[in-house]
Amino acid sequence: MSIDRRKFLKLAGLAGVGLGLSTSDLLFKGDAVASSSHSKAMAKERLAMVIDMRKFRTEEDYKRVIDACHSIHNVPTLIAEKNNPKNEVKWIWKDSYEHTFPDQSDDFHPEALKEKSFLLLCNHCDNPPCVRVCPTKATFKREDGLVIQDPHRCIGCRFCMAGCPYGSRSFNWVDPRLYLEKTDPAYPTRTMGVVEKCTFCVERLAKGLGPACAEQSNGGMVFGNLSDPNSEVRKLLASNYAIRRKPSLGTLPSVFYIIGGDENAG
Amino acid sequence: MLDKALTGSKRYWTLVFILLSLIGAGTLAYLYQFKNGLGVTGMSRDVSWGFYISQFTFLVGVAASAVMLVIPYYLHNYKKFGKIVILGEFLAVGAVTMCLLFIVVDMGQPMRMLNVILHPTPNSILFWDATVLNGYLFLNIVIGWATLHAEKKGLPPAGWVKPLIYLSIPWAVSIHTVTAFLYAGLPGRHFWLTAIMAARFLASAFAAGPALLIILALIVRKYSKFDAGNEAIQSIGKIVAYAMTANVFFIILELFTAFYSQIPGHMHAFQYLFVGLEGHSKLVPLMWTSAILAVVALVMLIPPSIRNKESNLVVACVAVFISLWIDKGFGLVIGGFVPNPFDGVTEYWPTLPETLITLGVWATGFLVLTILYKVAISVREELGTAGAEK
Amino acid sequence: MYNGGKIIAGLIIFFGLVTFPFYSNFGKTANKVTPKLDTPVINQLEKKECVKPKEYMRTEHMKVLDEWRDEVVREGKRDKMIVGGIEIEKSLQNGCLKCHSNVKTFCDVCHTSSGVKPYCWDCHFIKEEGLL
Repeated sequence: MSIDRRKFLKLAGLAGVGLGLSTSDLLFKGDAVASSSHSKAMAKERLAMVIDMRKFRTEEDYKRVIDACHSIHNVPTLIAEKNNPKNEVKWIWKDSYEHTFPDQSDDFHPEALKEKSFLLLCNHCDNPPCVRVCPTKATFKREDGLVIQDPHRCIGCRFCMAGCPYGSRSFNWVDPRLYLEKTDPAYPTRTMGVVEKCTFCVERLAKGLGPACAEQSNGGMVFGNLSDPNSEVRKLLASNYAIRRKPSLGTLPSVFYIIGGDENAG
Repeated sequence: MLDKALTGSKRYWTLVFILLSLIGAGTLAYLYQFKNGLGVTGMSRDVSWGFYISQFTFLVGVAASAVMLVIPYYLHNYKKFGKIVILGEFLAVGAVTMCLLFIVVDMGQPMRMLNVILHPTPNSILFWDATVLNGYLFLNIVIGWATLHAEKKGLPPAGWVKPLIYLSIPWAVSIHTVTAFLYAGLPGRHFWLTAIMAARFLASAFAAGPALLIILALIVRKYSKFDAGNEAIQSIGKIVAYAMTANVFFIILELFTAFYSQIPGHMHAFQYLFVGLEGHSKLVPLMWTSAILAVVALVMLIPPSIRNKESNLVVACVAVFISLWIDKGFGLVIGGFVPNPFDGVTEYWPTLPETLITLGVWATGFLVLTILYKVAISVREELGTAGAEK
Repeated sequence: MYNGGKIIAGLIIFFGLVTFPFYSNFGKTANKVTPKLDTPVINQLEKKECVKPKEYMRTEHMKVLDEWRDEVVREGKRDKMIVGGIEIEKSLQNGCLKCHSNVKTFCDVCHTSSGVKPYCWDCHFIKEEGLL
């Protein structure tokens, strides 16, 4: 396993997740925050991800990461193919630079960049519009920065989908159980009529693991606490030029992309 | 008074039967959607609201427009509206009924509807929308019924009705403002992210609603003894003329900002709607129909010489209604989802079940309207006050 | 009152219809069903116990699940419990069903005979019985 895996464990360990220790006390403090306001001072914990696109070179690199997520979360990946592409459900997927960063794309960018695929997932914004618009607090922001969708509470109004500027949310237009390749019995499926999205693997974090995608990324996706200046995410951001999607909207995404230069040509 | 709705001419029962059949067809389509999911509609991951929510948006405007009769009659003592004001209030009841039904048929988990009340969330505009719509429904049922009941007994309305009437005025403005806020506060949806949205909503509402009311009042006059009076109809025509002018003006303001600034995000939705974007142009014929009808309506409404002739006024009102129905009841919501967050274009078109459900909801609203109008007309026919004032 | 007789007759018929479920079942005892506790995990428990006393669980298990789901999903309170000597996750799918791996003969028998259809199973499932 890579060094990053160990770093995850270390991070999780620091957060108080260990043998015999309650997982809840430190990682998940107090009640869910459904407020849209965000304080100027950074929260003690803000979980974030840095995606180093230089480390994604082959189709296999993307597929491994996407499959890792979709298989353990029972994401109904067969909908696009067997039902209708318009009803697609996805938590993490790839798309072109132009589609990922529509405001920052340029005709004169290197060809390799224009042709490269980027990984897209929920940004777990620090100022999430989806949380602001949800009429039932089915979507809420935790104190550690995770933006979570509670499928028990969701009424399926899809206001959050209109509110999300990143297209990160999927609605269950059809019965998802009919379109599962295989099921993971450790995780529920969803039901028709609710919205779902990436959770940064909240159920794995509780066990001291990192997100499944990051685990399979060979160091291409690094997860950690943005509020901790010594965390690996902060070190990566301090030493590389990284960008976020649609920064002008003020949503403050927690997913960063290291685009890289010529080395992308490889 | 409701017993008045149980007796009527053959024509009345035929209308009720037609509406009930449409409701039946809509209900069957809804059961199909309930069982198979909202995937049976044309909505998608990219265009996640469709016909239901856009019809809802349009009808909130129709409901709010009752205030255009209430203000002159109750605040300015404009007596000519004395007879028609009840038609406006009952139209609001029918329209809000449709609004609430459209929200319900659009929900993925309608059984959990009460979560909005069980977990009240003041930071969500949808929470406020549900609150003000239900309040407005209640206000108009109570006001309409109480005033009609008093009229039947030959008495002035009870003292407690007046404060409710005054309350209904800002309340009407609030329902459409809050509905505009559903859209106007979303980052990343450039077409909707405009400060003028609520003003535009109100202008189009005060054109479409009264236009429909003129048409309804003339139908009522044709088939019953109830005559709202020529002067009242002409006054409402004037309201439609001003409101439609303001609405078109607001759209021109939007076009200026988008195309003079040349900011792509602001231009894209307009381009998609009127000329097509990246080869997608499903809505272009509809939107041009709307635009042409708007111009025709203005040409017929602004010069008093044309507008004063009732046959012209009817044509203009039909043009206003269809134009705004397309613009707000379709283009505005669908256009907001184009381009999608990835700068791509996903098109939308309602499916058959979706259309049947929509028709069913409209039929329900019109059944409510038919029954309420029947009651109001019968009461006045019995009192001998249905005819035009001399 | 106009048509008083018809209205009263109508009311009696209406009342008779809406109360049908009550009088048609009156005096009958509910079908006696016994949920089976014979699963490999339960058989090996040191002590036969649940997270709460049996009588409480029989009538209030839905409340326990309702509290759990809010605590886990919304508040992140996922403390594990020791029950009958084994560690139990605060989870329907990964907790309850670890012992009660017989959904059909434990959960469904009662739910069916009392005519309730909990929507838990729309999402939650167990490997042994597949998507229910």
